[in-house]
Amino acid sequence: MDWFAHPENTKPLGLLIFFVTFCLIVLWVYGSRKRSEKLEEHKNIPFLDDEDEVKDKSNG
Amino acid sequence: MSATSVAAAEQYDYEIIKKFSVMAIVWAVVGMFAGVYIASELAWPWLNFDSPYLSFGRFRPVHTGAVIFGFGGSALFATSYYVVQRTCQTRLFAPGLATFTFWGWQAVIVLAALSYVTGFSQGREYAEMEWPIDLLILVVWVAYMAVFIGTLMQRKQPHIYVANWFYLSFILVTALLHTFNNIAVPVNLFSLKSYSLFSGAQDAMTQWWYGHNAVGFFLTAAFLGMMYYFVPKHAGRPVYSYRLSIVHFWALSFMYMWVGTHHLHWTALPDWASTLGATFSIMLLLPSWGGMINGIMTLSGAWDKLRTDPIMRFMIVALSFYGMSTFEGPLMSLKDVNALSHYTDWTVGHVHSGALGWVAMIAFGSLYHMIPKLWNTQIFSVKLINAHFWLATIGTLLYITAMWISGISQGLMWRAFDDFGNLQYSFVESVAAMHPFYAMRAIGGMFFLTGMLLMAYNVFATIRQGVRDAELAGVRTTVATA
Repeated sequence: MDWFAHPENTKPLGLLIFFVTFCLIVLWVYGSRKRSEKLEEHKNIPFLDDEDEVKDKSNG
Repeated sequence: MSATSVAAAEQYDYEIIKKFSVMAIVWAVVGMFAGVYIASELAWPWLNFDSPYLSFGRFRPVHTGAVIFGFGGSALFATSYYVVQRTCQTRLFAPGLATFTFWGWQAVIVLAALSYVTGFSQGREYAEMEWPIDLLILVVWVAYMAVFIGTLMQRKQPHIYVANWFYLSFILVTALLHTFNNIAVPVNLFSLKSYSLFSGAQDAMTQWWYGHNAVGFFLTAAFLGMMYYFVPKHAGRPVYSYRLSIVHFWALSFMYMWVGTHHLHWTALPDWASTLGATFSIMLLLPSWGGMINGIMTLSGAWDKLRTDPIMRFMIVALSFYGMSTFEGPLMSLKDVNALSHYTDWTVGHVHSGALGWVAMIAFGSLYHMIPKLWNTQIFSVKLINAHFWLATIGTLLYITAMWISGISQGLMWRAFDDFGNLQYSFVESVAAMHPFYAMRAIGGMFFLTGMLLMAYNVFATIRQGVRDAELAGVRTTVATA
């Protein structure tokens, strides 16, 4: 526990945790073609409740 | 009007959104008028009229409070309540609490403005409100968070659309920033004055941790939430890349928190802290431009809308200013550039390229899209929107050009030495040299304010038209049933 009380230890640890987490998010987003397709489907949510609006899935 | 629009008005809680939308326009006019007035005071000081109530020092927070929290805040309350309902396909959670957020927030803006004019200020930038008003903000904000999260929790759509992520991060981070920046001990229970818990360099760091993250989460993340809904919606095309919007969100969230110390280069702050701020500022360029490209490319294949639709033009020019000011910010965070730019008008110009160019223009575009839908009518005049667009664009360009010239001139004059090693210019010489640019800035502001007045009239006429249409429809229904 004493190790965690020193900012010179916890600062690089924090940086490492945040950096690895961010890399994992990027990997998760772009890592799988199937997941990518599923994620891109969510871009149509703003159009789901408006039947009179134009739907266009040509982007992306 | 289409049956689906009428159904939408019945399906969702629009009353609270209408209230916030109207007040966003009102506060924009008030705040921008105060801005033009204080800019004019700097150019023509007789406008002070030797009155403390009209002095620059008291009016400046009235301007920033009215435009950031009055106009920006009300526009964010309105659009977030609109977007969260429509993307979750559900009504607002706890409408009574939502109404409380409206009256509470308006009370905050009015009380804050009155306190500044009468000489009460904490002296903390963008957080000048004294402690009782800070407590009211806290209560209103917790209510806002409850309404927003409650609505998300009762959603009918399984996925939470990315615009709501940006709004939610803005609500959470603003709560955090407001609480820690305003920890203070009142002099006594019946005094408006209080003392901050922090002191010296720590206090400065706390203030700029708040100050820059207010820019990052209140004026950037939240308005990006607005952009991620209204740009695709108005263009009639989904956002260019949903995956890019996810990376944009997380990159901003991870990086923004660290950059506040770039406001404190060459001060008593430890050198490593300001270097850290500058490093993260440079890294922020990537997600910022990723987001800008994502927004602009949404129009890919439909660029002709830029020629024909002034609302779309507002949105795309807003994104261009977002890109420009997020390039200028990292540049100014470099220590060598900052040595020239800090304490000069360049900073003021940078803030306004973001505030007028990005924040105000994306809000104008979104409100022009949303207001006719709220009142179930068409916009009163597209020509007036076009005129507003050009007045706003010319005003912004005049403002930031004037501040670039005056800011860089100030920086160069303050650091110039003569052959004997003495300062070449006295401070007052630099003030005198700035006069033409202060006049130019005030004129730029007048352009922007004139555009805002056109918008206020256009919105008023649109609402009146919507109300008349509704009354006529009511009469027709009564006659038909009779």
